[in-house]
Amino acid sequence: MDIRTTGGPATAEEMAAVDGLLGEPQPADHRVVHGGRAMRSQRHLLLPVLHAIQDRAGWVSRGALEYACRRLSIPPAEAYGVVTFYARFAPQERGPVALHVCDDIACMLAGAKVVEGAHGAPCLGLCDRAPATLTERFGEAYEAVQTPAREAARQPGSRLLRRVGVVDPDSIDSYLQHGGFAALKLAREMGPAAVIDEVTRSKLLGRGGAAFPTGRKWQSVADAPVRPHYLVCNADESEPGTFKDRVLMENDPFALVEGMAIAAFATGCEKGYVYVRDEYPLARRRVGEAIAQARERGYVDFEVEVRRGAGAYICGEETALFNSIEGKRGEPRNKPPFPVEAGLFGKPTLPNNVETLVNVLDIVNGEFADTRLFCVSGQVLHSGVYEVAMGTPLRALIDLAGGLLPGRTMRAVLLGGAAGSFITPDQLDVPLSFDGTRAIGATLGSGAVMVFDDTADMRQVLLRIARFFRDESCGQCVPCRVGTARQEEILERMLQSPNGDGRADVMLLSDIAQAMRDASICGLGQTAANAIASGLTQLKVLNG
Amino acid sequence: MFGAGGGTSSYREAEETDLIVLWGSNARETHPIFFHHVLRGVRNGARLIAVDPRRTSSAEWADVWLGIDVGSDIALANAMARVIIYEGLADTNFIAHATTGYEDFARCVEAYTLERAEAETGVPASAIREVALAFGQAPKGMICWTLGITEHHNATDNVLALINLGLLTGKVGRYGCGLNPLRGQNNVQGGGDMGAIPTRLPGFQDLEIPQIHEKFSRAWGGADFPHQKGWHLSEMFEAMERGELRSLYIVGENPARSEADQGRAVRLLSGLDQLVVQDIFLTHTAELADVVLPAAAGWAESEGTVTNSERRVQRVRRALEPPAGARDDVDIICDLAARLGSDFGRPTAEQVWDECRSLSPMHAGMAYRRLEELAGIQWPCPDESHPGTQFLHARLWKDPVEGPLAPFHAVEHDPPVDRLTEEFPIRLTTGRRLDSFNTGVQTNEYTSPLRRGEALVISPEDGARLGIEDGECVRASSRRGSVDVHVRFDHSMRPGLAFMTLHFPDQVATNVLTIDATDPKSGTAEFKASAIRIDRIPASVPSI
Amino acid sequence: MADVTLTIDGREVQAREGSTILDACRRMRIDTPTLCQLDTLTPVNVCRVCVVELEGARVLVPACSRKVEAGMKIRTDSERVRHSRRLVLELLASSVDMSLCSPQVRGWMDRYGAAPGRFGKQVATVAQPVKVDNDLYVRDYSRCILCYKCVEACGVDAQNTFAIGVAGRGFDAHISTEFDVGLPDSACVYCGNCIGVCPTGALMFKSEHDMRAAGTWDESKQTVTETVCPYCGVGCMLELHVQENSIVKVTSPLDHSVTSGHLCVKGRFGFEFVQRRGAKG
Repeated sequence: MDIRTTGGPATAEEMAAVDGLLGEPQPADHRVVHGGRAMRSQRHLLLPVLHAIQDRAGWVSRGALEYACRRLSIPPAEAYGVVTFYARFAPQERGPVALHVCDDIACMLAGAKVVEGAHGAPCLGLCDRAPATLTERFGEAYEAVQTPAREAARQPGSRLLRRVGVVDPDSIDSYLQHGGFAALKLAREMGPAAVIDEVTRSKLLGRGGAAFPTGRKWQSVADAPVRPHYLVCNADESEPGTFKDRVLMENDPFALVEGMAIAAFATGCEKGYVYVRDEYPLARRRVGEAIAQARERGYVDFEVEVRRGAGAYICGEETALFNSIEGKRGEPRNKPPFPVEAGLFGKPTLPNNVETLVNVLDIVNGEFADTRLFCVSGQVLHSGVYEVAMGTPLRALIDLAGGLLPGRTMRAVLLGGAAGSFITPDQLDVPLSFDGTRAIGATLGSGAVMVFDDTADMRQVLLRIARFFRDESCGQCVPCRVGTARQEEILERMLQSPNGDGRADVMLLSDIAQAMRDASICGLGQTAANAIASGLTQLKVLNG
Repeated sequence: MFGAGGGTSSYREAEETDLIVLWGSNARETHPIFFHHVLRGVRNGARLIAVDPRRTSSAEWADVWLGIDVGSDIALANAMARVIIYEGLADTNFIAHATTGYEDFARCVEAYTLERAEAETGVPASAIREVALAFGQAPKGMICWTLGITEHHNATDNVLALINLGLLTGKVGRYGCGLNPLRGQNNVQGGGDMGAIPTRLPGFQDLEIPQIHEKFSRAWGGADFPHQKGWHLSEMFEAMERGELRSLYIVGENPARSEADQGRAVRLLSGLDQLVVQDIFLTHTAELADVVLPAAAGWAESEGTVTNSERRVQRVRRALEPPAGARDDVDIICDLAARLGSDFGRPTAEQVWDECRSLSPMHAGMAYRRLEELAGIQWPCPDESHPGTQFLHARLWKDPVEGPLAPFHAVEHDPPVDRLTEEFPIRLTTGRRLDSFNTGVQTNEYTSPLRRGEALVISPEDGARLGIEDGECVRASSRRGSVDVHVRFDHSMRPGLAFMTLHFPDQVATNVLTIDATDPKSGTAEFKASAIRIDRIPASVPSI
Repeated sequence: MADVTLTIDGREVQAREGSTILDACRRMRIDTPTLCQLDTLTPVNVCRVCVVELEGARVLVPACSRKVEAGMKIRTDSERVRHSRRLVLELLASSVDMSLCSPQVRGWMDRYGAAPGRFGKQVATVAQPVKVDNDLYVRDYSRCILCYKCVEACGVDAQNTFAIGVAGRGFDAHISTEFDVGLPDSACVYCGNCIGVCPTGALMFKSEHDMRAAGTWDESKQTVTETVCPYCGVGCMLELHVQENSIVKVTSPLDHSVTSGHLCVKGRFGFEFVQRRGAKG
């Protein structure tokens, strides 16, 4: 590709960061150059290279970007589009430290304030310790630190969480001592078809939010004639109020690796990726090390790479995630084609959520109990991840988390995160199952359960949700790009002047909501009005 | 090519072939819209191979680029042929069925071992072998070339060497295969087709065949005109030198700037008894003329047809009124004929075309009406029900072959005439840039943001060796003369190679340096290979 | 390719396998609004104005990219379809200056009753100054509906220069060179193929921009003549737009087999010489 670069040179430090990842550049050959397709196929390394540059320099300068582009054969304008898509990448110079303060719902309720010089951030997935921050220190020894730090508590009687706080997440031996890799061994004895049968028979539904039958997905990938097959573990847990996958990855990373090994074995995946959101540095490190250890011991016999997100909620959408791995903007693709036929790099792909993959171990071991992880946060006594059987009433789950703070009364529960909807106090007996929630027009979604008591300013909560979608819309399709902006504007106007023409604005919001739901490309736009609509109609936020 | 002077394929075929060789062509800049078709082919999976001394913007798209020494094309082609024969990749059935002269050819290429080819071309033997195998193994493939092949003292042999490769592998006469010279001006193809070649009459019909001569003579009212071929351009200048050619009528050419060894060209033109120039501009050539006939611009101020590189005859139309005094070429010629005592009448462009169609079988079916309906027609088009011909020489695959067999031509490597010596150690090659055209008469009238003026482009290594700075004004000298020119460093150049264009003759008279060593058959001069030296200009000499 | 049978608005129709719902609608002469679709470009299905209702699908589907399948039951004028089309046009027109869009677009606005003003006056728009940074063409992104056509024409679908891309995210997404530099500092090669596909007048010949500013642009006085580019031997078909014996704009027919509507800098902008004859050479 004839790439024109017109900016200045990269600094030695920036070049070292790129070369550190890609290796030293070959000296120019004046007689023979192999380029073309082989060169362009390196596009997928763009995000790792951008991270390398920014971790080292703190930002992505034009010189650095162009150097990366020349090395990877990517046009700079496209790469710039990628840099500016992801919230974490900074195309402007800044200091050696970046402080990200979560100002999303749970942390807002806990009194979070974005101090001067800090960056406000959408949910960091640390709702169990709100208010939370993430601090990045750039330089040769880059580090990212989540605060407050807290070790996970043991959960007696749990299944999916049974090793959390029990095993040493850095040690494969510790995992083996707790029954690790038994399921993989069994799976290899059973053979791929039998494994898929078991998964299908278990009726496991995907735990990422869409609740698609996992067995069916596995079968489709296994049957796909095109090669290679890819396994993609979606660990881009970004739904506000959701942090269960982080808890699993940080505390039981080998279980995820084992789940992936079984999935790859059963569906014939030659290569796997774990896409971990940038806000989870500890999870990323532990999963990476677990993969390395498991490979060394022969438990992982296919190629697996940990990929790091860069601050984009939309990349939790599977096709946006594929684009992100491919080094592109995280714009969702139109479906069909579905990932099982044409996913990552256009090949058959099995995208599974972390919790889904961990469930597979019990299925293979014959111990599947169809439990579900819920992330309880907000105004409860003990925020955290709780594992309950499907169908457990919401009220019981909240009780498990210690219930409300003393002296408070329940105002609402946001079920399923920003893409979910509000539940009123009189609906607390709803059984936590896909059917049970559907019956009251709600959704389990990603398992986020955010509790609000009578002290919560629900207007601010609704506005925060509206801002969240405006910030996180990828901008590709009109209904979502402009709709989320108009939604926020109208809501703000309604909340600021309760004497305005409220009814007309409610109509407008409802018109926008319907178009977003009907005509948006992906689930983000299709659900961006849910919580707000339910807040206005169910909770009557305007009227109170 | 084997009796038909045109590219054998359609552009569309480049999109659906397996392998494209761009040989001595920087189509990315000189034929940008043809390159779109090439890129579509590349996106569809075709391999692209570029053979060019410079790593041009076209070459940057290639899977393999071979940076050969200027003028070593035959050595490369013959060595490739030898590999193809030795590897059993020659299409022996096709050779036996449709060609002649294979034995002589095979004997000739036997001497072109990879070792010898490496020595002659400068390209490693392994890369030559790789490209030969790729070409030999591709089910479909095409070779496209431009002036990198034809602006040599042995231009015809160069072309024949490429044709040999096509014949050897049966890559002609089939869809997606072919041998395609990309024409440099909008009607180079049409000019030749219309008989603006010393040996031809309209319809590429051989002047020296009596029946053809008689056909035209009869159609033209028994007119008597020469029975033997005339001079081509270089022969005309030789005839001027000898004093045989004393009077010259030039239509739409600017030899005072476009000829190699410009000093000689101007001297000879100035020494004529009579020079008539018909042009849309008062060019430098026109300034030397005794009579200037201002003409309307063919493409925008008059009616007619032109023929492109895929043999497509298309209409040009009058969109503008010509400036006062400028007249249509047809009108001028008819008036001139009247003054010379021959009444051509006052034909319209369409009437002239219909007369041409009545005499040229390959254009017979191309009524104006059909040219409009079909958006151009590719010759041959023998009658008004014929759709035109997508690719030539399908006849070679018929059984038996229709028409003459296709001949191999044993051709030998013959290095450029202007030898590199200690005194003139640098190989200067000339070419064109994207935003300019030939001597710049037309393109210098619009403001291109890309334009940076003329420069002597060299490798940074040569710059360092010669102790010159990027941008410095230097003196470039050949055995014929010197020009002062600013240098520009470019990483696409290798040490020992320099590049200039002829776009800005008033600023830098590049053709002062070039050699008029001419191919005896085609009459083209060796613009692509001069030997020069580069000297720093002493500080006392003011820089231009 | 085989034919499949589907039902559109209650009428059975045969369509070639691999063709789109839009293709089928067009063959039935159902006027389907499109903004980001062009026959020469890969569908990006981002504007969503062409959505139709497919029986059994949870959401509406884009006609421009959804391939026909046997047995599909499609409605192109249901209440849901009309609602989404109306909202898409309203949302766009409330944020973008669409005054130079084709009369066809204005027709769709009328048909669907689009009233962009109803979101109120204090709403975010993409209004910004026109970018004039070279003599050949200007970029007025206050007219940009982000249809991606220019990006596609600059990229894989034609020119493969990739001088522009989509930068930013959400409502802030915009067409941009690398680091938003001006065109002369960018990778742009001035083929103008972005202008050729722009549906809103956001990308415009500088000649047209200047004439509009001076009030002299008058399409009723213009002729369009097809001819062949005077430069290299590829034979690109040009459409010369001439006003008062002056070329004011150059385009190429989308359906021409040589160009598919695309040109290079010489063909697009290199016409000045013919109207500036002087002693030169």
